[in-house]
Amino acid sequence: MKQFLSFAKIEFLHIFRDTWTMMIILVLPVIMMLLFGYAVTTEVRDTNIGILDNSRDEISKRLIDKLDESEYFSVAKAFNSNSEIETSFRNSEISLAIVIENDFSKKLITRQNPKIQMIADASDPNHAKTLVNYASGVIAQSLMQESKANSPSSLINTELKLLYNPLMKSSYNFVPGVMGFIIIIVCAMMTSVSIVRERERGSMELLLASPVKPITIILSKVTPYFCISLINILTIFLVSYFIMGVPIKGSIFSIFLLCIVYILVSLSLGILVSTIAKTQLVALVISAIILLMPSMLLSGMMFDISSIPLILQGIAQIMPAKWFISAIRKLMIMGVDVRFVFKEFLVLISMCFVLILISLKKYKNRLE
Amino acid sequence: MMVKVSGMLRSSINYKFMEDVIVVRDLTKRFGHFVAVDNISFNVKKGEIFGFLGANGAGKTTAMRILCGLSRPTSGEASVGGFDIRHESEKIKKNIGYMSQKFSLYQDLKVWENIKLFAGIYGMKRNEIASKTDILLKELGFEKEKNTLVKDLPLGWKQKLAFSVAIFHNPKIVFLDEPTGGVDPITRRQFWEMIYNASQKGITVFVTTHYMDEAEYCDRISIMVDGRIEAMSSPKELKREYNAESIDEVFTLLATKSTRKEI
Repeated sequence: MKQFLSFAKIEFLHIFRDTWTMMIILVLPVIMMLLFGYAVTTEVRDTNIGILDNSRDEISKRLIDKLDESEYFSVAKAFNSNSEIETSFRNSEISLAIVIENDFSKKLITRQNPKIQMIADASDPNHAKTLVNYASGVIAQSLMQESKANSPSSLINTELKLLYNPLMKSSYNFVPGVMGFIIIIVCAMMTSVSIVRERERGSMELLLASPVKPITIILSKVTPYFCISLINILTIFLVSYFIMGVPIKGSIFSIFLLCIVYILVSLSLGILVSTIAKTQLVALVISAIILLMPSMLLSGMMFDISSIPLILQGIAQIMPAKWFISAIRKLMIMGVDVRFVFKEFLVLISMCFVLILISLKKYKNRLE
Repeated sequence: MMVKVSGMLRSSINYKFMEDVIVVRDLTKRFGHFVAVDNISFNVKKGEIFGFLGANGAGKTTAMRILCGLSRPTSGEASVGGFDIRHESEKIKKNIGYMSQKFSLYQDLKVWENIKLFAGIYGMKRNEIASKTDILLKELGFEKEKNTLVKDLPLGWKQKLAFSVAIFHNPKIVFLDEPTGGVDPITRRQFWEMIYNASQKGITVFVTTHYMDEAEYCDRISIMVDGRIEAMSSPKELKREYNAESIDEVFTLLATKSTRKEI
């Protein structure tokens, strides 16, 4: 125990005396949160659009006002001809153009299905799709009001209810994602690199030739990263709660428990990587490519898992981040009871056991 | 490049009546088809400075790792400090010190932190460590460097400090794996004086080296070629036996027999 404490203290010193490690560990989570919160947002907000209104009547004007009033768009250009639209796109003045056909009001009232054309810059297909969806929503809503005014009872009234995230804030989605990601960085990547560093420098050999038990060495090396992860989790919660306004609906205790389980899984991943990798560089590459990238892309943080190809869906199932993010979303955003995340807990705990068993086996083989 | 070491008279001491602290019998280590250590046998006596020579890839590091309990032999027996390497490696580890060229001390820790850490590993008590640290730093003339980070020390100082740390807990045997690599002649000379002092205190020194002049200062040396021990005696005897001027000559004579490529 005394050995363990003095070793853990040493590992803390290693971390504190290395400026870059400190930066990665303490500043990265905050930067990630702010980046995802304000820069990499998938929300549409005050996007510049251009309008070619061939009709220029009452209803089309109201429609344009609606688009401009909405928080999603601001009308930056009013075109007089089709040729102007393309120039405007080329100059990056607008991301979306809306063309309203002749006699719009007349056709609407006489039910001749007036046409609206939307032209979007699809060099970023996802963004284009989102813009079109938002614009369609605003237009549909506006036209519905027009129809109601003209013939109140003729339409089926659809009403939309958005559960758990009524304002459709993307922060509700990325906060769990960032947590899953940061912990993989701190626990799996930093831990594996730190253990491999000892081997690369030759200090591991020195320690193994001493009476310290290997398990003490490993435990004392992961302990500081465990503590730092807890601090990171806390930071992320504080930033998301106070700055981003993301609610914490579920019980704090179960969220905390989930985080600890996930940290343990990530640490055992880090230990496993350290038993495979011979150099720090290899450890870094393995962590980045096999752990970090899939954790980001396949965990449901960026893309909906159910809409990606089947093979990738299969890979997603073995990413701990996927299960963590799914569970933390349920606990934190939906505020469900712990028993609804029983499956996620079970998967994560089994992953932890399997990883530790493989690491132990690998470790013993190496000593032989 | 010869290094003069004071106290060269020690070769007249007779070790024949002293106890064996390392006994190696028919030790073999295979990695697949490759025989790294091929059936070697030797004894090392208490307080002796035993030089373990060989070209790169001759198998000396593998043999040393087995003796330190870092690796298990394929066959053969060995005991270190009276403990069996197969079943009592934990006891061996408590009774040895180990220093390698590759790693001396933690660079980002202060001098005293390194001493405290390694002394603590070997179970020394806190106040014992504190008082012995002060004595050691005084002996080395490092009093002012107590709070210096090891990375800010010159290489020679690091190696001297690393050796002092390796014998800080007063082990029966200290294993030195190419301890003077890259160190200037003056520091090497001081280093060997430290080795002599340790040996006089009864610590057995098991040292591998590339410097043939250093080999001359050992009480006995063994020369490994392709996993086997080709020659083992005192430097004086070896030179006589091979009719050579220096150990360098003896070594060249034996090592050119090697058929093994460097690994």
